[in-house]
Amino acid sequence: MLTVEGLSSAYGRIEVLHGVSLAVAAGEIVALVGSNGAGKTTLLRTLSGVRPATAGRIVFEGEDIHRLAAHHRVARGIAQSPEGRQVFGPLSVDDNLRLGAFRRQDGAVRERLEEIYAMFPALAERRRTPAVSLSGGQQQMLAIGRAVMSKPKLLLLDEPSLGLAPLLVDQVLRAVLDLKRDGVTVLLVEQNAAAALAIADRGYVLEVGRVVHEGAGRVLLQDPKVKAAYLGV
Amino acid sequence: MSEFLQLVFSGLTVGAVYALVALGFTLVYNASDVINFAQGDFVMIGGMGTVFLAAAGFSLPLATLIAILAAVVVGLLLHRLAVEPARGASPVTLIMITIGASIFIKGVAQLVFDKQFHSLPPFSGADPISIGGASFLPQSLWVIGGTLAILIALWLFLEKTLLGKALLATAANRLAALLVGINVRVVLALAFAVSAAIGAVAGILVTPITLTRYDVGTLFALKGFAAAMVGGMGHPVGAVAGGLLIGLMEAFGAGYVSSTYKDAVAFVMILVVLFAMPQGLFGRRSLERV
Repeated sequence: MLTVEGLSSAYGRIEVLHGVSLAVAAGEIVALVGSNGAGKTTLLRTLSGVRPATAGRIVFEGEDIHRLAAHHRVARGIAQSPEGRQVFGPLSVDDNLRLGAFRRQDGAVRERLEEIYAMFPALAERRRTPAVSLSGGQQQMLAIGRAVMSKPKLLLLDEPSLGLAPLLVDQVLRAVLDLKRDGVTVLLVEQNAAAALAIADRGYVLEVGRVVHEGAGRVLLQDPKVKAAYLGV
Repeated sequence: MSEFLQLVFSGLTVGAVYALVALGFTLVYNASDVINFAQGDFVMIGGMGTVFLAAAGFSLPLATLIAILAAVVVGLLLHRLAVEPARGASPVTLIMITIGASIFIKGVAQLVFDKQFHSLPPFSGADPISIGGASFLPQSLWVIGGTLAILIALWLFLEKTLLGKALLATAANRLAALLVGINVRVVLALAFAVSAAIGAVAGILVTPITLTRYDVGTLFALKGFAAAMVGGMGHPVGAVAGGLLIGLMEAFGAGYVSSTYKDAVAFVMILVVLFAMPQGLFGRRSLERV
């Protein structure tokens, strides 16, 4: 579904991604783990088109999209829930979710809205509340729900569990597995490598802008080098 | 008492126009963080455009419509040619760009129109209406009513349409707006277009009362800016309240003190409000939950 070849990206003259290559097959959950500053967020933002690629190709469903504007990529089915609770603060929970479907006004918006509320009941109780007054965990759920509202083929999740209480982490990861069951392909970025690799089919380890390991989620979990570096064992 | 009422009427009339200009500032500032000092020139384009089109034989309604469209086109060009290429520049640079654009627009207006003062006939007669010993022109009702109509239309657009929500969303969080597939460039252009249209309508409504000339935009921009700052920059309700407040203070200043200092009132107001409440009257105290 998604093939990334030799992708580079830079902030000014400082290159942060040095020719990253990876692939995500339809129906998979792929985890991307690595320490702070490894370039995980930059990679996702380059995939979504909010950061320019300086080299390489992003092939989505057989077509190179690396020059497409961000809104065209959303229209083709790539949605992202960004890192750090990037909600539309003054707008209500309902409006935040409806805007998630900005590129997919297909008559089933209301249905999907109810699906999101079923997935995250805490949001359903606060439909009219401005997003800014939700708790951190609820804002995170809102950001994920907003991305799902566009009915994506490929969902990019950036640190969905960051700063959440353990109980909420479980809830979010379960939601990711539910989405997979519904046929959504997921590329999951996590600092919480153990949790991410546990639910992922495959994983990539990113280190200072390069892929240094790849393999099945369970295999990476057992890899002594990965264990030492990212699992704190 | 009748003098007081008289001053209230004239203050509200002028204040309504300042409110509309301040709303234009607010819309553009919210969507793009740009303080657009060419905002006052849209007021001039509305007024002068209507005057000259009417003189060229167009009926008044048609002339106003074309003048508003002309202002919208200028607004879109301003965004496309001056603001968009400077994306990411510092706020001071952007302010200088819009001041430059404002000077340019005035220069072109001198050539396209002329350097004389012009007026429009009042929309519904010039016979003053008197209430409680004070008298006011029917045109004042047009100004206040027109302002109310614009406020309601703007509120409906922002609260009830997906495109309006997209504008608010872009203002709230540009990154998230991009990620849900909002074409942010189009939304910013829309903000410039809408604020240009609002400015032009204000110019058309007020021209029968205050006259217009190629350079009236400067004072409208400064007063409108003052209104937006007093209300709390970026806050639509604050913009309206600030506009009305400055209009009223100006009228009282002119009536009870001296009309010589009328224009100074707006700027004294900014100083007083910003000393006492740096966020403006309606400015949001930043509230963040962890």
